[in-house]
Amino acid sequence: MSGAKSKNTPSKWGMVIDQDLCTGCQACVAACVMENNISSIGEQDVSVGRSMQWIHTERFWTGQYPDVSTIFQPILCQQCGNAPCETTCPVYASVHSDSEQINLQIYNRCVGTRYCANNCPYQVRVFNWRDWPRPVPWNNQLNPDVTVRRRGVMEKCMFCIQRIRRAELTAQSEGRQVRDGEVEPACVQACPAYAIVFGRLDDPASQVSQLVKNGRAYRMLEELDTQPKVYYLTGDSNHGHNG
Amino acid sequence: MATTAESIAMPGASAKKPKDLHEHLMLDPRPRGEMNAMVMESMHTTSKKFWGVVVFLALTILFALLGAWGYMIAEGMGVTGLTRPEYWGIFIVDMVFWIGISHAGTFISALLRVMKYEIRRPFTRAAELMTTFGLIQAAICIFLHLGRVWLAYWLVPYPNGRAIWPNFHSPLMWDFMAITTYVIASTMYLFMPLIPDLAMARDRSTGWRLGLYRLISLGFTGKAAEWKFLKTAMNIFAFAIIPVMFSVHTVVSWDFAMSTRPGWNSTIFGPYFVIGALHSGIAAVMIVLFMIRSTMKNMKYFIRPEHFEFLGKLSLIISMAWAYFFFNDYLVPWYGGNKFEQLLLDFHSHGPFAWVWVSMLICNILIPWMILWNKKWRKTPWLMLVVGIVINIGMWIERFVIIPVSLTITRMPFTWRLYHPSIEIPLTIGTFALFMLLYLLASRLIPLVPVWEVQEGQSAHIVRKVGKAMVTSVSNVD
Repeated sequence: MSGAKSKNTPSKWGMVIDQDLCTGCQACVAACVMENNISSIGEQDVSVGRSMQWIHTERFWTGQYPDVSTIFQPILCQQCGNAPCETTCPVYASVHSDSEQINLQIYNRCVGTRYCANNCPYQVRVFNWRDWPRPVPWNNQLNPDVTVRRRGVMEKCMFCIQRIRRAELTAQSEGRQVRDGEVEPACVQACPAYAIVFGRLDDPASQVSQLVKNGRAYRMLEELDTQPKVYYLTGDSNHGHNG
Repeated sequence: MATTAESIAMPGASAKKPKDLHEHLMLDPRPRGEMNAMVMESMHTTSKKFWGVVVFLALTILFALLGAWGYMIAEGMGVTGLTRPEYWGIFIVDMVFWIGISHAGTFISALLRVMKYEIRRPFTRAAELMTTFGLIQAAICIFLHLGRVWLAYWLVPYPNGRAIWPNFHSPLMWDFMAITTYVIASTMYLFMPLIPDLAMARDRSTGWRLGLYRLISLGFTGKAAEWKFLKTAMNIFAFAIIPVMFSVHTVVSWDFAMSTRPGWNSTIFGPYFVIGALHSGIAAVMIVLFMIRSTMKNMKYFIRPEHFEFLGKLSLIISMAWAYFFFNDYLVPWYGGNKFEQLLLDFHSHGPFAWVWVSMLICNILIPWMILWNKKWRKTPWLMLVVGIVINIGMWIERFVIIPVSLTITRMPFTWRLYHPSIEIPLTIGTFALFMLLYLLASRLIPLVPVWEVQEGQSAHIVRKVGKAMVTSVSNVD
């Protein structure tokens, strides 16, 4: 019964990313694009910095040549508990989900002020600068559970809310609780190194709760008190020990 | 006249006054009928050149504003230079700029009216009109900026099918409310002193103008009771609009100050923006007055070097205040030593946009201070036009530095990227053309000089001879 979620109590979903395990393979990025109907925007717009990925991997070098090592950090919406983006939206397109404790983006409400993206300290929101073409047969690849966004709308990672909701509804219909590990966002599912773990932070027995207790755990820009729900386990923890 | 100690400045007696008093509009009276005729003539006079400029501006608006905007709506915001991390760019720069312009109009008019500064009389209308037309440009810039402008009405709080109210936690919502309040209040404030002049125009017009003025002068006939009500209402509005003007530009600054961005999250942004608005706005009044004086008939009588001299002095004080706020806004983060603010300040003064930052200081501080200290130069209209343009360039740059340049530095260094504006440039030109076109058309439709105020002021001024000196005294007519 670990990771249990009763019918009406709010849950607190979180993610732990182990930078020691991350190989920077970008499988999470590809999986996210496919799961969430993210547009492919072409060279022109990518070259001016408009890439649409909801999760992207950044590469950091440490040490001096020849003793260098590479650390990868997949960066996605940190699902702040105290989110700067939410208060800025004049039309309630950026809202907090009480039941899942996730920052939701309601595409149909968005009028495109882009204030939320300005105010996001992690710069993880992406904007639909255009309507990019989705030629046949790409349209067959669209995920029916996720809204297709049009130009002028802000979008971002929501921990694959459609998968969380499906797991919750399945569990409810079967008269049971959601099991730990039952919900896997696309990035978690695709990660070949098992570097990304997803689960409930409010369940002390869940895998994420156990990993958060790891001494290597940190959250990005913690000094801003945004209370992110994505934890990182520091990379390069064995630097100098594996040759 | 010379036999009495007092000589009342009567119409026609002006020629006998010494030259130094003669240069003041208030001490150089003309008969009412003549002055009314002068203003009417200025409204009726149009040349081929005038219509040429109107057509040119209309074509500019058609292509640079409407055409480019239509293209942008159809294609998406991708045709702009905006990107991550500059989610806000020149549209917001323009919005703040136009709101700044619109501020000084009302500020000058209301403050000087409340303080009973006699010098205000001929140019209050020109300044107030700038407010209304500037706010139109600011509103257009907000709409230009929206990703889905066709849904802009979702910002309006009204019972709707979406069963949702706007988010009053958002500074953008405050901004929207503040600007709406300001548009309504400043338009009413423009309209009220206009009523007697519209009635004057109505009594001297025929044809379609008669119909128009009859409609908008609201049947004003100049009865004592009408004047009493009008003056009471104007007094209330003049007082009320001053705090409204301060609050509006403070709310505009909160769009930035309330955020978490380094360089934006500043407690001094409110007054800094208010002073910045006055700086650009007073400079814009100087430009507008120069244009009125040099292009419209009979306006050299009403708009005189003394008015440029006064505005120049005001501009110098505001420039010093702006320098103080700039220094304060720079020093505190510099001393504070926050890592990202340090990076940002360094980026301002040493980055690829350093030349922009330096020109801001030259335009806003150096050039105004070097010119405005000299009374003779302040009385030179063309020089004040130059200073006005320079200050406005400087203040536009100031907003450019605050918005896209500061947005370049985020807390995620791998997102840093320079801003390269594209379609924003024709759209900006379009808003300037629209402002000029509106002003041009209004100059031939409504009296740009509040004739009744000038007449009232002139009748209140008396020149007495005390010994050999000529002494001006003003009776309180308000």
